[in-house]
Amino acid sequence: MNPIGLAYFYACAALAVFGAVTTIWARNPIRAAMGLLLMILSIAGLFLALHAQFLAVIQLIVYAGAIVVLFLFVIMLLGPSAVAPRDQRGLYTRIFGGGLFAISAASALFLVVRGGRLAALPNPGHDFGGIDAFGRVLFSDGIVPFELSSALLMIAVIGAVAVARGKQIDKTGTAANAITASPATSPTEQGEE
Amino acid sequence: MIPHEHYVILSAILFSIGGIGFLVRRNVLINLMSIEIMLNAVNLALVAFNRARPEGHGGQMFAFFIIAAEAAEVAVGLAIVLALYRLKRSVRSDEADLLKN
Repeated sequence: MNPIGLAYFYACAALAVFGAVTTIWARNPIRAAMGLLLMILSIAGLFLALHAQFLAVIQLIVYAGAIVVLFLFVIMLLGPSAVAPRDQRGLYTRIFGGGLFAISAASALFLVVRGGRLAALPNPGHDFGGIDAFGRVLFSDGIVPFELSSALLMIAVIGAVAVARGKQIDKTGTAANAITASPATSPTEQGEE
Repeated sequence: MIPHEHYVILSAILFSIGGIGFLVRRNVLINLMSIEIMLNAVNLALVAFNRARPEGHGGQMFAFFIIAAEAAEVAVGLAIVLALYRLKRSVRSDEADLLKN
């Protein structure tokens, strides 16, 4: 076994697990986003070790370049209220759910570890995972899902704009407030309208 | 060469961390990030399985489409977080009880 490859794998794996634990542990969402960024970078490194160069680049561009930045923008918009106040309600229920999930995951992991050894990895072709071979497959076998995913992204952009624009949401919010609000506050809101 | 189960085990560990985070945390932003962790773990497993059978690019293609779907999911999810904040002035997921009763 190649010691350099092994050390690279374990370094990337340790960084990925550390980043994931930071993400779910952090109280401040900025720290969680930085942990997510660390995990994404380490997984891009693992993709490189798995002969998936094109996917590693896509991972860097889409996740680290777009998704984490989108998270940071939303955290910036929310400001200090992005940190939810500490609340112990339902803590035991949540920990019970998480523990149940952890136990089932550990048993599945045990089955994977106990299972038979797989054969040695075959040697891939010289252009396996590169943009040339990958693009050929993507535009021949995967052309229908490719076009469908472009439609999905278009619909998602329109939906995100429609949900986040908030003009209608503000109106319904004021309407709901006017129904339920106390008489002292409702005239000022109607006056603003 | 690293045995291919190591990647699968790492992927399972990351998936469990993401699932536990989704179940235990109540900040909506961190819930979305936990979903990201789980999908990344699935991508890692798919690419590792494709590396074990390098005749085709099926696993890598699947991971590619998962990345596309996840970009859409995050855009809509963050828009929903902003809408929830506008309604409730909070990012806690148990404040989202508009459909209760």
